[in-house]
Amino acid sequence: MLARVTGSLAASWRFVRRDKKAFAGSLILFVLLLITAFPNWFTPDDPAAEIYPRGVGLSWAHPLGTTGFGQDVFSQLMAGTRQSVMIALVVGFFCTILSVVIGITAAYMGGIVDDTLSLMTDVILVIPTFPLVIVIAAYAKSASFWTIVTVLVITGWSYGARQLRVQALSLRNRDYLLAARARGESPWYIITVELIPPMTSLIVANFLGAALYAVLTAAGLQFIGLGNVNTESWGTMLYWAQNNDALQVGLPLWALTPGIMIALLGSALALLNYAFDEVSNPALRPVAKPRRVKAVA
Amino acid sequence: MRYLVRRFGFLLIALWGALTLNFFIPRLMPGNPAEAILGQFHGHINPNSLKAIEVALGIGKHQNLFVSYLEYLRNTMTGNFGVSFSQRIAVSTVISRALPWTLGLVGVSTVLGFVFGTVLGAVAAWRRGGWLDNVLPPSFIVISAFPYFWVGLLAVWLFSFTLNWLPYENGFNQIGSPQLGDILIHAILPSFTIVITSIGGWILTMRNNMITVVAEDYVKMARAKGLKPRRILWQYAGRNALLPNLTGFAMSLGFVISGAILVEDVFNYPGVGNLLLQAVNAEDYPLMQTLFLLITVAVLIAIFLSDIATAILDPRTRGGN
Repeated sequence: MLARVTGSLAASWRFVRRDKKAFAGSLILFVLLLITAFPNWFTPDDPAAEIYPRGVGLSWAHPLGTTGFGQDVFSQLMAGTRQSVMIALVVGFFCTILSVVIGITAAYMGGIVDDTLSLMTDVILVIPTFPLVIVIAAYAKSASFWTIVTVLVITGWSYGARQLRVQALSLRNRDYLLAARARGESPWYIITVELIPPMTSLIVANFLGAALYAVLTAAGLQFIGLGNVNTESWGTMLYWAQNNDALQVGLPLWALTPGIMIALLGSALALLNYAFDEVSNPALRPVAKPRRVKAVA
Repeated sequence: MRYLVRRFGFLLIALWGALTLNFFIPRLMPGNPAEAILGQFHGHINPNSLKAIEVALGIGKHQNLFVSYLEYLRNTMTGNFGVSFSQRIAVSTVISRALPWTLGLVGVSTVLGFVFGTVLGAVAAWRRGGWLDNVLPPSFIVISAFPYFWVGLLAVWLFSFTLNWLPYENGFNQIGSPQLGDILIHAILPSFTIVITSIGGWILTMRNNMITVVAEDYVKMARAKGLKPRRILWQYAGRNALLPNLTGFAMSLGFVISGAILVEDVFNYPGVGNLLLQAVNAEDYPLMQTLFLLITVAVLIAIFLSDIATAILDPRTRGGN
């Protein structure tokens, strides 16, 4: 078992080393995780303290300037990392669990169970999620971390469930699964040991996709003031910047840098997602440049 | 035909699902906001207005849940959405003023993004390993990870405040009545924002479909027959690679619409997305709920249109089975 784990870790490491997209994505994600785990290492100043001159531009004391309230922009960015990363990880995790359970149950059970679950998945899939999220958040008044997570999980699992169902269906009648059934293995054993492992790369891709969805949607919610506006997060920074006309009064750093952080986290997830897509579908891998062979006369 | 009937059935079920969600969300939230809202207004406004609010939220005082659910469905079906709390006029009137702006802006931008993205994706896959194929996918993976509204902020900063080229808010010049040229100028930045952030998805899916299709035997056959590459690209490979992209259209549309809501907010565009956020800020629940339904219906109709397009392009869907 241990050998299997270390073996697959080594394989992932080789993959990350070789694939440029995966490498860039992992590197960014690693740095952001580091900031999430140890925010104090990266925040020279108290991010909330309104103690500095207002609206300072680039300077040694404030590498990214200060906000219109006199807060250090760089410290705010670092402190805001935690919330976005946590939302990405937690929503990604729960969405993936729901997708796996619903998608694979549908494919494995078939018949009326499949019909019902698939219909439910498709309906959730086509209902535009952001307006729905807005409506729910509006009724909840100020949305706490767990409210946001719950809403994003409810609206975010369907895409993955659909993809996983399709792949599980295509695996269902493979010989090795029929053999396991003929041996009289329990459905639980067949699903966890025989069916899920070959789907790992798609499951990981779904986790990354759901995490990306969570980062962007949560940022949007916070930007319009439906998150808790008193906590540190990139979306909330954008909310305060926009509400104080940061662009009009010449403080573009305040208004634009949180978006760059969101985009960094988003790109890291998207790049990894794309790389995992290439693992599960070899046809998409970059082609080697054909070498020109000298014609032999 | 059977395919379309089935898809229409799905449209109805999805619609019913959205209606039901819309009805139960205020009731299932902790603290029952629907009751709280009614309590707020009780005794402060005349009985007629109170009745209107009850209709909007679908809560009668002496009814059980099932009866009010049925009444809510009937009201919605007959277009009776109640009165907007904040603007004191019929919700349908408020919305009808905002709707054309969004239909124009988001409709045109979505179609532009889809067409350009599909063409670029097809060409990138056709010249596999060429510069387009090397540059486009990675750059659009990164761009699609940007929040739509932030790209809007960046565009405002660059083109409105720094270069002073284009207006940064509203749908038209507020002096006098809207002129066509003026409307177009105001639509450039929001539209550019939506196109640039949504195009990546279309490029990537089309490229990936195309790579699979180009390896098919009928494409080799077409090459062997000596057909012009351009004809093979569009008539043979492109046509078939487009089909999954049309289905993907259904799934991505909700995402584009969601992004467009925030783009409208950034540009203070007079459309329904902006109206939705105003309704949220003013706690105008009837307006908010009707807008959610309207956006859902619009997405479902667009999906049905893409189903019709699939039926026209794909002969397999026309058969009996």
